[in-house]
This record gives sequence, structure tokens and C-alpha cells, in this order.
Amino acid sequence: MAFDFTKHTAVDQVGIEERVLRFNTRSIKNESKSKALKLALSMIDLTTLEGKDTDGKVKQMCQKAMHPFADMPDLPTVAAVCVYPNHVKTAKQALRGSNVKVASVATAFPSGNSLLSIKMEETKWAIDQGADEIDMVINRGAFFKGEYQKVHDEIASIQSLCNKVRLKVILETGELSSLDNVRKASEIAINAGADFIKTSTGKINVAANMAVTLVMLETIKDHFIKTKKMVGMKPAGGISSAKQAIQYLVMLNETLGPDWLSPHWFRFGASSLANDIILQLGKEKFGQYYSKDYISID
Amino acid sequence: MNWQYAPAKESTEQIKLQKRYQHFINGEWTKPNSKKYFSSINPATEEVLAEVALGNAKDVDLAMQSAANAYNKVWKKMPAKERAKYIFRIARMMQERARELALIETLDGGKPIRESRDFDVPMAANHFFYYAGWADKLAYAFPNKNPKPIGVAAQIIPWNFPLLMAAWKIAPALACGNTVVLKPAETTPLTALVLAQVIQDCDLPPGVVNIITGDGDVGAEMVKHPLANKVAFTGSTEVGKSIQRELAGTNKKLSLELGGKAAQIVFDDAPINQAVEGIVNGIFFNQGHVCCAGSRLFVQESCADEVIAKLKSRMQTLIVGDPLDKNTDIGAINSKAQLQKIKMYLQSGIDDGLEMFQCNTSLPSKGFYCQPTLFLGTAQSIRVVKEEIFGPVLCIQTFRTIEEVIEKANNIPYGLSAGVWTDKGAKIFNLTSKLRAGVVWANTYNKFDPASPFGGYKESGFGREGGLYGLMPYLEL
Repeated sequence: MAFDFTKHTAVDQVGIEERVLRFNTRSIKNESKSKALKLALSMIDLTTLEGKDTDGKVKQMCQKAMHPFADMPDLPTVAAVCVYPNHVKTAKQALRGSNVKVASVATAFPSGNSLLSIKMEETKWAIDQGADEIDMVINRGAFFKGEYQKVHDEIASIQSLCNKVRLKVILETGELSSLDNVRKASEIAINAGADFIKTSTGKINVAANMAVTLVMLETIKDHFIKTKKMVGMKPAGGISSAKQAIQYLVMLNETLGPDWLSPHWFRFGASSLANDIILQLGKEKFGQYYSKDYISID
Repeated sequence: MNWQYAPAKESTEQIKLQKRYQHFINGEWTKPNSKKYFSSINPATEEVLAEVALGNAKDVDLAMQSAANAYNKVWKKMPAKERAKYIFRIARMMQERARELALIETLDGGKPIRESRDFDVPMAANHFFYYAGWADKLAYAFPNKNPKPIGVAAQIIPWNFPLLMAAWKIAPALACGNTVVLKPAETTPLTALVLAQVIQDCDLPPGVVNIITGDGDVGAEMVKHPLANKVAFTGSTEVGKSIQRELAGTNKKLSLELGGKAAQIVFDDAPINQAVEGIVNGIFFNQGHVCCAGSRLFVQESCADEVIAKLKSRMQTLIVGDPLDKNTDIGAINSKAQLQKIKMYLQSGIDDGLEMFQCNTSLPSKGFYCQPTLFLGTAQSIRVVKEEIFGPVLCIQTFRTIEEVIEKANNIPYGLSAGVWTDKGAKIFNLTSKLRAGVVWANTYNKFDPASPFGGYKESGFGREGGLYGLMPYLEL
């Protein structure tokens, strides 16, 4: 069934922001807090996306992904590590034997300003290197020109290369300027075959926030009501504290429900979040905080 | 993964309720002439919280005398900017005691602590702040009118927002230079009495605010009393009508804020997900004990299935239970009598053959609780649609055209509020001018601000509370 891009689903920004404030009044304590913290840790895509990344840095991060904190060996691993395509092979080797997935950004990340053929070539390369997941960016230029079909077709082309690889589509919501646009871009991505929709590249100042994430969750829900197909969600960037992560989980729980409370359907794109979660889990367990010096910065 | 939120109960250790509360008359705690007391209970546990003085005509007379005395000897003569200082002081002291007030409001009335903490108490303090600002600017508010206070105001308030309603009544009355005798509702007198403590701590001149407790007879005595120059009543339409009858032919001023049966109108171009959220807020806020609750939902046929399905699924995520738990969305019904009334209406809906939907969550075994409820496929002629239920019960009807929905929305003796949900601004303005309701919210519901007037059309009452218009019922203009 072709997707009708002219159909407009209204989003009310004031209503969205109010709902977010309401989620943030939830008080999560004791065992429900520990459960949430562990779940959040298991949902992290530990990320390094810098020009100065080296194989050594990637290996160290993979170690942390598999063993977040040696003093608490019962912690879950994170969900995935997220790297540039040229580090996929290193990461894949370093993570051998674990369940941690390797996600690779592709399609001329972060701007997406390149030929479709080059984007496809890059995606193929990342998959050949062993990537389990591809994090692509949408063509924002085309989106703002109103060329929704083009945005859709590019995603579909990348999707056609993915087979068993899961495709995350980054909307770069910080550039989309309105929640109506976020809704529209989410609909396009989902209808083009995204397995996940993701807020941000982490490369511009405005990263994920709860309002944007709520609009995307509602789009996922509406799609699920229509088609019974689940789509995953990944807010990325700007989530650095355990408290924020729990607020996102409350929002997830009360919007999409318990089926989505799994690393298979929800991820946090973050680099420093893991350490704050470890600190908080330590507090829950021992009643006091570890010194930050006890926790690795990889 | 199933994730239940652990209990997050707000601690009540910090607050101390007295065993017994007296009337607050002439700045002093005064024993009731009847020597009798009644208990105020916690509707969530059915436990007695405190004993409260049972007033009678003699107590009313004493309070009225002290209010008249304070008016003539002190308050009327005081420069307006000095009056304002007292009102500011009350507002600040309420903020200082916000946590205590919120806890007692929840204990006494059954509303979720989240609401008393985030809505009732801050909004009540804001009303004092707002009207304090008006006290010395009345001449500018009503140019060339030489506004003057009326005298003694007899004020009777309901049990759904006990502290907030006390603030709505007392703040503008004081700002305009009147003195007050206020009676809180029988089931929820405690926060008004804590407010009396605040007022005492503020060194407000004795007799400017008097608070007496008791049943409806005390209210009737207040209305009748010759020293009352003005009567302000918030409560049921039935009582409102009897007060109006009583005052006919007297020279007492009257303002009434009575019942409602508000329409919420959802068009198919509305932001549906936010509309569903707004409908939930509109009817289930404060267990539906809200005179402006959006208890009649009109959904355009083309989006009715979607809205109803989403509404049902959203209702399943509402947390009903212990009002002191910070995660509770819907607390306890205010009293046994009110619960029985709601149950009577639920039965009436069933007897009329309506389809009923309720959440399948379990309710606490003790206390007065009611499941959030929908009645589907209703019509204007059915009792649950016509009468104010004052509980968490929403009646849903569908409509096709805008003319049809305007007619149906207005086809009720009440006219307090309404809500419209559409993405189209022109539709909003079209409806707001045609709906006979004191407040019309667009793409939101239950929004209040001290600067914004509130009040009804038709049998929902007259006179406005809040804003500049809220000064008028307390002034000779």
C-alpha cells in the first residue's frame, strides 16, 4: 500500500509538552528503580563517532560494552556499540562471543549530502564489514523541499540492502524545526521500512528531547494500531543522566506499553549515560555513591 | 517486560493535625455554642482525621458581628496598600506551608497528592498574590466609578477544591476591602482551618476573616443573617436556587458558581493523541469532582472509532488508588454519599441500556473508590447525559456537522465550560462565539489562572471569579 504523503496528522506542541511534564512527575523508587536502571543500561548504544577515533579507542569501548563495571559482574551488557564503518571490523572482532551488536552509521553521516549511489555503496561496505545494524540519516534537504517521495525512496533503497541487518533511520529532529515535521518524517521513515526511528546524529547542538521522542512514539503506536507491526525507537544525544533515562522509560511504558520495554525495541544513543547508571545502581545497592574515579571512562 | 512502579507514598510524618478544631472567630479559636463536634474523615481509609466544631445560628451571629465590627472599625479605613501587604503575607505563608497544606488537602478530600501539590496549593497562593496586587489599584480597574467595598461577605464553598475555593473567595473580598465569614464544606473543613492558622500568623486584624464549620444549616443561617451584605456560593444548582429565592427582595448582593455538564467537542482534524489526553484530563481530573468537568464528549463520526479506542487504551494506564502515592492519577471519591450518588448514576446508565466501559484495574478494598467509566452510544435524552454526576464518568456521543454539535452542546440547562479540539483556528473562533458557556478551552482543558475569569451561563450561575471581573462581585460600582 502506497503511503499518502499529503495526509496530515496534527500534532499539538503544547499538549505534547504538557504530557511530557506529566511523565516527569512519576516517582520511581526502590525495586522499580533498580529494574529501570538495569533495563536502561541494557538499551544503550555505546557510541563514538569522531574523526579522531582509533582502533584502540573502539576496542576499549567494546570492552566496556561487554563488562560495564567489574565490581558489579551481574550487570547486563549494553545493547550495541555505534561506530563509523571503518571501525566495524575492529568492533566486531572485539565483541566476538558476546551478544553486543555492532551498529554502523552510514549514508554520508551526519549530513546525508551525497549521491544515493555513494550512500548505498557505503551501506554495503558497512554490512560487508559485519555491521548488525545500520544507522542512516534522512535527506533533510529533500524533506524541506517537500520531496517526500524522494526521502522515502532513499530510505527504501538503503532498506533493500539490509536483509537481516536492522535499519535505524535518523531524522535529525533538531533540524526539522517543528513537531509536525517530526511526525511527517517519522511516518515517511516507518513506511519506507525503518526497523527503528532515531532522533539525532549527535552532531548538531539540538539533540533528543522528550517532546520529540513522544511524537515519534505516538507515530509508532499509530502505525502499530493500523498494521500490528512494531517499530523501534532510539533517542540519541543529550541523555546523560540516569534520571533522564528513567523518565524516557516511563514515557515509553505509558505510551507503547511493556512490549517495547526491551533493547530489541528501544535504545539510548549515549556515551556518558552508562556511567551515571552504574553510579546510581551502586547507590541502590550499597546506599552510597562510588567515587567517579572507580568507574572507567571508556 | 512488565514494569510496575513501586509504591512512592508521600510521608505524613511532618504534619500534625489537631484532635479538635474550633471556629475561627474574631481572630480567636472559639468553641461552638452547640458544644458539639463532627468528624472529618479520610475518604481513602475511612479513618477519622479530626473533630471539627459544629456551628449553629449563635456561632454565625458571633462571626457576623465580628466581621461587621472589623469592617467598620479597621478594614474599611485601612489604606489599600496596607491591605495589600496582608494579602501578600497570606500568599507567602501559604507557600511556606505548601507541603503541609497539600498533604492535608489530600488526606481530607481524597485527591491525589500530585494534584494538591502541583495544582490546588500553588494556585490558591497565586490567587492571593494576584488579588493583593489589585487592592490599591481599584480606581484604575474601574475608572470614573469610585469603587467601594460592600461590607461583610458570607461565603460558602464546596468540597471539591477546599483550599482553592477558599482562596478564590477570600482573596478578592479582602482586596476590595470587605470582611469575610467563610464556611468550608462539611466533608473537607481542614485546609480552611489551616488557612485560618496562616491568617492568624499573619496578624491580620481580628474579625477580618472568620471561618466557621458545620453543615448546610450553618450556611443557611449565614445567608439569612442581616449583617451579611453579600453572599457568594459555590456548590450545587439546587442549593444555589434556594439561596437566590431566599435573597429575593433583600438588598444583598449574590454571586453563584453552580453545576455544569460541559461538552468536549472533537473534530476529525484535531491532534487526536493530544485530544485523548485532554479528554482524560477533562473528565478524570480530581476524580471528576469538578464543576467544569468535560463530562459530555462529542466526537465527529469520522474519527469516533479511533478516539474511543485510544481513550480506552489510555484509561488502562491510569493509576487509581492511594491518594498519597505520588504516582496516583485518580484518588478516592470525596465521601460515601458522593460514591453512592455516582453508583446510582452508573446503575441508571446500565438500566437505560448503555454500553459501559471501565478499566480492569483493582481498587483498594477500603475507602471510597470508583473506576473511571465511559458510557458509549449515549443520547441527549438519557439521564446520565442530562444530569451532573460529579464523578469519573464520561458520556460519549457522535456528531456529523458543526451546526449539529453546537445545538447539542447548548442543549442543557448548564453553561459553565466547554472544550473544542481541532487543528483549525477558524473553527475554534466560530464555536467559541456560539457555545453558551463561561469558559471555552481550545485544544486544552481545565486550564486556570488567577488573571482569567471563571463562571457560568444559565443554571451554572452568575458573577465571575478570577481576573478583573472577579473584583466586581465584591464592589459597589
